[in-house]
Amino acid sequence: MLELLLHLTILSGINIILAVSLNLINGICGQFSLGHAGFWAVGAYSAAAFTVYAQLPVPPEVNLIIGCFIGFIAASVAGLIIGVPCLRLRGDYLAIATLGFGEIIRIIIMNTDSIGGPRGFSGIPKISNIFWVYLFVAITIIIIANIMRGTHGRAIISIREDEIAADSMGIYTFKYKTMAFVIGAGFAGTAGSLYAHYTQFLHPNGFTFMMSVIILLMVILGGLGSITGSIVGAIILTLLPEVLRLMGETISEWRMVIYSVLLITLMLLRPGGIFGKHEFNPLKYFKKKGEVA
Amino acid sequence: MSEDTMYFFWDLGQYLLNGLTQGSIYALIALGYTMVYGIIKLINFAHGEFYMIGGFIGYYCIMGGMPLYMAFPVAMLGSGVIAVIVEKIVYRPIRSAGRIPALITALGTSLFFQYTGQLIIGADSKAFPTAIEQKMWFFGEIMISNIQVIILVTTFILMIFLWWLVNRTRIGKAMKATSYNHDAAELMGIDTNKIISFTFFVGASMAGAAGVLVGMYYSTVEPMMGLIPGLKAFIAAVLGGIGIIPGAVIGGLTLGVAENLVVGFWESTYRDGIAFLILILILLVKPAGILGKNRKEKV
Repeated sequence: MLELLLHLTILSGINIILAVSLNLINGICGQFSLGHAGFWAVGAYSAAAFTVYAQLPVPPEVNLIIGCFIGFIAASVAGLIIGVPCLRLRGDYLAIATLGFGEIIRIIIMNTDSIGGPRGFSGIPKISNIFWVYLFVAITIIIIANIMRGTHGRAIISIREDEIAADSMGIYTFKYKTMAFVIGAGFAGTAGSLYAHYTQFLHPNGFTFMMSVIILLMVILGGLGSITGSIVGAIILTLLPEVLRLMGETISEWRMVIYSVLLITLMLLRPGGIFGKHEFNPLKYFKKKGEVA
Repeated sequence: MSEDTMYFFWDLGQYLLNGLTQGSIYALIALGYTMVYGIIKLINFAHGEFYMIGGFIGYYCIMGGMPLYMAFPVAMLGSGVIAVIVEKIVYRPIRSAGRIPALITALGTSLFFQYTGQLIIGADSKAFPTAIEQKMWFFGEIMISNIQVIILVTTFILMIFLWWLVNRTRIGKAMKATSYNHDAAELMGIDTNKIISFTFFVGASMAGAAGVLVGMYYSTVEPMMGLIPGLKAFIAAVLGGIGIIPGAVIGGLTLGVAENLVVGFWESTYRDGIAFLILILILLVKPAGILGKNRKEKV
């Protein structure tokens, strides 16, 4: 039981990184991307390949940190390659193009023999644990929250609100869209690296279109554009199937049906997600009255 | 001509034929996608599930001893009715909330049907009963089965019917009016809710027909069968220009032929990849799809 709890906490952490990074692309920048699992896969596979093939004579923790950087860089390069042509598209067309790239990444991995191909990539050492996962969760949240509040963030938010108006105010929208896309993809890569070194086994079928959809659901459930929303959404969607599994045989059998019905009901009752665009900032309560948080 | 080139052309012909068969199934599903998108701008991810439902209704009808020409309309009607119910209960209340909540609801509906199907029917695939004896004909080296002929002919008839429905009837005119401008259509006395329900009905019954045809072609049906063809049909719809009815047909056929050529002359593991690759190439060259018109954005 305690082990399961630990496992779910770690998975929640990885999902938080994924959801918060997708939120930068979908919620904050307003570019509808459906290929996040692809970037996750790029990060996971490149970091795992680094650990398995490079065999650096360093302590495993250092190896993990290097792996996370490699995952970040590999995924953000993939994000750049995909983002530059795709970000000219808008709305549904962008969604379907990113979905296509996500699947192409998976199919390429499936056909590359040196990283396991259809057999899956095994033999990755188990390095990441709850400490490393939550360290990177904190780093991700701090960086993305600060981007959102700074000058670049204002420009990125203005693209979400109205791209043409932002363009005519002199904001180079293409640059900021690409920036949000590349950073978001990079953090997904970091999550992938942590995931690879936790589960020790990667299979291309774990990174399908459905996985992108689940990450998107986390973001939308919490509220598009709200970082706290993404965190809560990620935790809920990680725990919900498991909690339903523990609730007796009948419910366990019907858990995916219940999951989908809950999702539809929530959208009908609160189409903006749990938090909407609002943030919940716990630091606010520690400050004195009158001081700006 | 040397023997090798001859064989190349026979092979090419065979792949083209198989591609057209597959493509016409994609086209049938894509038609529903494109009609629903055209009228309420919703990517109906649950559309692949209507195809699955059609396949299963056909399966149970034929298992129950119904002849094929009876089972086919029943399956179309059944999936159409289910689509109308889904539209009434789920999509209508969410329509005013904006596009992203509607999209998520559609995904939720899709998951609901997949997993309910797995629980009620069972996750294993079922062998589709042979409703008609399979016969093969040869044209030179090209092999064509009677099921392929049935698929091609049925698709053709359904498309002609759809064309007639949209372009030559009052309700078709109302559909076009609703998709062009929702509010203005309502002011002109068109009951838009009814028209939207009707669009769902027509689109889903096309998908239901495709479900039965695929059941006959591959002789299996399973609860998850809607996922990949649904996605491919969506790609076909975008390829042709989403919201444009002839575009869905062109997109579906292109996709089917391209996939079969890749499987035939290259490797079958790249089959799904090629669909996405073609999609991306076309989107980059012509972002609105093959038949789509580029609209200037105005403030």
